[in-house]
Amino acid sequence: MEYFIELFLSGLTRGSIYALIALGYTMVYGIIGLINFAHGEIYMIGAFTAFIISTVLSIYGFPLLGIIVLAGLAAAVWASAYGYTIEKLAYRPLRHAPRLSPLISAIGMSIFLQNYVLLAQTSDFLPFPELIPEFDFMEPVAHIIGSSDLVIILTTAAAMVILTLVIKFTRIGKAMRATSQDRMMAMLTGINVDRVISTTFIIGSTLAAVGGLLIASHIGQINFFIGFIAGIKAFTAAVLGGIGSIPGAVLGGFVLGLTESFATGYVSSDYEDVFAFSLLVLILIFKPSGILGRAEIQKV
Amino acid sequence: MISMEELKRSFKASVWFMFLTFPILVIKVNPIEKTVIWRWENMAFVGIGVFMLSILIRAFYIHRERLRSLTISKKRFGYIGDEPLVQFILREPKYLYPLAAATLLFALLFPSLFDTYQTNVMTTALMYVVLGLGLNIVVGVAGLLDLGYVAFYAVGAYSYALLNLHFDLGFWAILPMGALLAAMFGIVLGFPVLRLRGDYLAIVTLGFGEIIRLVLENWSEFSQGPSGISNIPRPGFFGMEMDLNSAIVYMYYLVVGLVIITIFVVNRLQDSRLGRAWIALREDEIACQAMGIDKTKTKLTAFALGATWAGIVGVIFAAKTTFINPASFTFLESAIILSIVVLGGMGSILGVIIGALILILLPEYLRALSEYRMLAFGAILVLMMVFRPQGIIANVRRSYQFKKSAKEGDA
Amino acid sequence: MAKQILNVTDLSMHFGGIRAVDQVDLDINEGEIVALIGPNGAGKTTFFNCLTGIYNPTQGDIKLYQEGKKEARLNGLKPNQVTEKGMARTFQNIRLFQKMTVLENVMIGRHCRTTSFIAGAIFRTRHNRREEREIIERSYSILEKVGLEKHVNDLASNLSYGAQRRLEIARALATDPFLLLLDEPAAGMNPQETKELDDLITKIRDDGLAILLIEHDMKLVMSISDRIFVMDYGKKIAQGTPQEIGDNPDVIKAYLGEAADA
Repeated sequence: MEYFIELFLSGLTRGSIYALIALGYTMVYGIIGLINFAHGEIYMIGAFTAFIISTVLSIYGFPLLGIIVLAGLAAAVWASAYGYTIEKLAYRPLRHAPRLSPLISAIGMSIFLQNYVLLAQTSDFLPFPELIPEFDFMEPVAHIIGSSDLVIILTTAAAMVILTLVIKFTRIGKAMRATSQDRMMAMLTGINVDRVISTTFIIGSTLAAVGGLLIASHIGQINFFIGFIAGIKAFTAAVLGGIGSIPGAVLGGFVLGLTESFATGYVSSDYEDVFAFSLLVLILIFKPSGILGRAEIQKV
Repeated sequence: MISMEELKRSFKASVWFMFLTFPILVIKVNPIEKTVIWRWENMAFVGIGVFMLSILIRAFYIHRERLRSLTISKKRFGYIGDEPLVQFILREPKYLYPLAAATLLFALLFPSLFDTYQTNVMTTALMYVVLGLGLNIVVGVAGLLDLGYVAFYAVGAYSYALLNLHFDLGFWAILPMGALLAAMFGIVLGFPVLRLRGDYLAIVTLGFGEIIRLVLENWSEFSQGPSGISNIPRPGFFGMEMDLNSAIVYMYYLVVGLVIITIFVVNRLQDSRLGRAWIALREDEIACQAMGIDKTKTKLTAFALGATWAGIVGVIFAAKTTFINPASFTFLESAIILSIVVLGGMGSILGVIIGALILILLPEYLRALSEYRMLAFGAILVLMMVFRPQGIIANVRRSYQFKKSAKEGDA
Repeated sequence: MAKQILNVTDLSMHFGGIRAVDQVDLDINEGEIVALIGPNGAGKTTFFNCLTGIYNPTQGDIKLYQEGKKEARLNGLKPNQVTEKGMARTFQNIRLFQKMTVLENVMIGRHCRTTSFIAGAIFRTRHNRREEREIIERSYSILEKVGLEKHVNDLASNLSYGAQRRLEIARALATDPFLLLLDEPAAGMNPQETKELDDLITKIRDDGLAILLIEHDMKLVMSISDRIFVMDYGKKIAQGTPQEIGDNPDVIKAYLGEAADA
């Protein structure tokens, strides 16, 4: 039973991270119908920025709290700067191109960013500083859930709540919903669609950066390639929940996280990634609209 | 020319990129020895580089506008006007045949002109030409973005390695089997996924490609796992024993032969009832079906034919390197082949050939560049999509000549 | 009485709770031009899509009768199978193969009447070459019929709007249909082009094809149709000769009465 709970909680932790990244995919897809293949790299860059900044600060002897705040801030700022720039350079010029063009461009961007980090930094795995301390009050349950698991789950929950509020109640949230329903009409009612799209990328990138920071500190190491697998898994989560749907992305993230956790715990850890890929293939074949998404009817 | 306003914008772009690349490019930390290296020179490079590039791009746009007005005036003189020189040559047998003959002659003399190292490199490049032409059927002609193409390549390579290992079958026996197995894989994988929309198809094929690689990596009893299979024999030539040098030359001619066959076949396929159906399917699926084309069957054919070529090259790859392991079949390999097709021009045979030669040979000869190879491949995909989606050599539709009352159709 | 070639009974198409087409009956006789009219959103195009296999209707029967062949039930067939049975269509929002030439567009229409496949493409036997030549000749003669022979080698995307519509018709004709379905063929055409279209449709009918067309241009509909069916809110509200439809108060109320230009 304890093993089950342990797997369940570690599944929740994984799921939280997937959900955070999946939100970026789903929001971008909802608004411009593009699978932002480079989103995983944004997550990686967020994690890398956090790694660099926190290591520098700890070398210069900053207090832990200061490091957490500054590293988190830097990760969010730079990840969203990358997200914004990528959209502007690689996707915006292709907004009226055939559907596959921006996807190819996104794949190119993803490969480019991976190798950019590889060349500028290193191909080795680097030890990520432990940013989240072991809390004393967690002592009694520490053998089934670590402090960082708790922080990850809580942060994710908070991020979801904030995101939902932003989308439901703010001006920009309303504009985002309008744009995703009908971009042309939104434009005609005076919404600055370019700005909405940029904002979407910025929000998505920030969430990915938060995910990157949390998971890197949880696992304790980082490398230039982490974005690829995480990106595909988060995309799986987004599709699983119904791409374009925000609650769907969260749900999909948790379903995927739990599935993986139980599958590796009870079946075999050799095929950890195979589970995710198989799940992705199966959903896309049998229920491409996902759990919460709506089927698309093509107009003729 | 470039106005003050534009200079200002270039300057802003350059500042933005200096900011953007600051943590990754400038700071390098060593978390174990607790040292920080500040590489400010990188920031300077980025600043200057982006500024220059931005001005170049602006100049390019201005130039393009001017060029456009130029071609319009050129048209008035009746000559090719908007027809690029390459198309003109391709269309005129008078120029095409001697040129093709010269290329062939060069290809045949290559091993005697250059040393075995160069020959070996050329063999690799030509293998990518074939892979590119194979993927071109799927992506360029039929418009199905297949990101798991490398899976079929792996099927071919492992077919040879395993069948040889367990049943002691020779290269020539396995070559058609590898092709067939890859085609079968293409059909089995293609059948469920081909009804998916384009971008989902891309992701599913990527998933399949990764699944196959991960299975090869983990199922050690079957594939010997990550350590791979070594001592794969080179192809025989009527039972003759060959030293390494002649084996490389032999391999080279084999691949040249394959390239010629591939060009011939792909060219004929494109210019056929089936080829037209592929293009039509790429252009508009619904209209295509309404015109009586069986979507599934047509797509599956493209998918399977593309896979066949990957299978053939896979067998050759295993024979050439005499060692294979799953690491040769990552997504990046698929991405390289895709870059070849995109750079060369989707649907254009000559384009793909040139694309493959540029992308494979250039990093080989400019050693300094080889480190930046994958970076460049990524950049090529983006840049081509943004600036020249039709590729280096655009695919041009064939035209037909008719006599007045139209009883004679002729090329 | 003329021979019936298409008989649609009780056809309905529901999307969730919306009844886009609701129990519609329709029949077409040999060599007839039948028009299907109705206000925007009446369900005409959905009806077309049910007929041509793009949608699978919720209920009802679509039956096709061809000289010398067994009657064919079209429900649930794929679009390409419907076309093979001899019913071809055009699209309201032009769907040409933009990056192919005009001739190639028509050649695609010959696809379902020809057979060369992989081996045929590679080896080009005498049979394949003859077939290819026939495809080209036949396609060219169809282009001559619709008056596009000057544009054979142009890209479809470079044609004028009216010419693109005619190319759609040519492409459909290439599939050797005995029933041609035209979805708003005159939309966006100027009076001169509409006049030419009128002639073209009559010419096609004189070649022995039956035609079902959806159209908003009432002058065209009234002048060429043998019979007219009227739909409104997914239901058929009237049928009859142009004369009868013109006098039908329901139709005037639902449709003509609202349109100022009718």
